[in-house]
Order: sequence, then structure tokens, then C-alpha cells
Amino acid sequence: MNIKGLVELTHSQGIIRRYFIVNGFDGALTMLGLILGFLFSSPTEIDNIINVCIGAAIALCVSGISSAYVSESAERKYVLNKLEQSMITDLSQTTHAHAARTVPIIIALVNGLAPFIISLFILLPLWLYKSGMTLPISPLLMSVFIAMTIIFLLGVFLSRVSGISWWLSGLRTLLVGILTAVLIFVFVGY
Amino acid sequence: MAIIRRIILDVLKPHQPNATEFAMVLADLGKQYEVHLAVIEVDENTETVQLEVNAPCIDFELVQAAIIDMGASLHSIDEVDAISQQD
Repeated sequence: MNIKGLVELTHSQGIIRRYFIVNGFDGALTMLGLILGFLFSSPTEIDNIINVCIGAAIALCVSGISSAYVSESAERKYVLNKLEQSMITDLSQTTHAHAARTVPIIIALVNGLAPFIISLFILLPLWLYKSGMTLPISPLLMSVFIAMTIIFLLGVFLSRVSGISWWLSGLRTLLVGILTAVLIFVFVGY
Repeated sequence: MAIIRRIILDVLKPHQPNATEFAMVLADLGKQYEVHLAVIEVDENTETVQLEVNAPCIDFELVQAAIIDMGASLHSIDEVDAISQQD
């Protein structure tokens, strides 16, 4: 059975979607927070900013992969054991056991790679600036703009699940981003 | 050697894959396989189904392996129609 079939067998589409949104949101807000922190602080070398942000992105990735794998594999083993008790048979050679081994890996990868990839997108202007490209605005401001756009797009993605209008859902998540920026400004930049 | 044309099986299966997917996997085992699945009893985690498979030549080993692979277990063979191929 292919990966799509295994995900459907275990009804994991919902949890994969949730993990993608939750940890993707974590990644975007963490990068937003770091970049705003640098923006409101005394000027720092772009290399230092990139290193700090990459460090945070890697930590989010590893944390996402390990936490989701540990919890999901335990949950799948529990479900498989329960099913084996109901069936009064060993299911270790069946598709259910294959799914119980594979699905936690898929969920863990989604959970870890979502914040990491989103972080890389947000950091793109910093790399472009470092490589010598001339940007129309400051690279930090451009990263903030990309972070806000990604936060808005995560809301738009959520609207496909909830069925509410895409702009309302996007606006709602964007407001969270703006609120975060305001809080950082109040505590750090004021 | 005789071949099996029709077989009725009593199977205990988990809720997933559901009845439709379960029947389709079995129907895809060979050409002209026709599968009729009836749910007899539903429990918290399992369901008992009666499977009727019709085909010009049923590969029973293959059917049994597919049932086990989907996490189900074959409880009994309730009916079999076999036909001789001798002239």
C-alpha cells in the first residue's frame, strides 16, 4: 500500500494538516519574533542574524520531528495493540502494522519540516542581501513582510478545512502576526 | 485439477479499510473477480462480514493472503463451488 493509502487507513490526514499548520505557524512566528528583535535592537551583522535564525529553525525542526515521532509512534502502537486484542490475532505482518510504523515517520517529517522550510523562506532576503543582491527595502523588513505573508497564507490554507472565507481566515491569522509584532515592539523596541 | 468458481467466507475485519475498500482490493485480485460483501455484525473495533467471491478461476491462496494483509482474519469457509476441468 502506498503512503496515501497508509495515511487514509489510519485516518491521519487531519492530524498531518493540524501539525503542518501548528508547527508552520510556530516557525513563522519564531522567525518573525527573532527578526523583529534584531530590527528593534542595535545594528547587528547580517551573518550573526542568519546564524541565530538558522539555529532556531534547526532546533524547531529537530524538536518537531522528535516530539511528533515519539508521541505518534506510541499512539499508533496503542491503537494497533487495541486492534490486535479485538481481532484476537497478531497483526504484525499486516498493512495495519506497516501503517503503524510508517505513519509516525510521515507525521514527524511534516511536523519538523514545516517550520524549517517556512523559516528558510522567511530568511531568503537575508541570504540575497548577503550574496550582494540589492533589495528595494531593508532585508529585515522584507523578511518581516514574507513572514506576515506566510502567516496570512496559513490562514488561507485553514479556510479550506473550516469552510469559512479565505480572506477572513487569512486576516485572522495575520492579526495574530500583527499582535505578536506589537507585543515585541512594546517589550523590546519601545 | 478442479477450479473454484464461487466461495463464501466468514471474515472478521477491522473497521479500516472500510467495506468498500476491502471489497475493491479483493475484486482487483484478478480478472472478472466479483465480490459481494455483507456486514453481519459491528463491534467497537471490528466487524464480521460475509464475503462472496465469484470468478472463472479463484486463486484462494491469493484471496486469503489479501484478507490477512488488510488485518482481517478468515473465520470459516462457508460455501464453495468447485468445478472439474477434466474432459
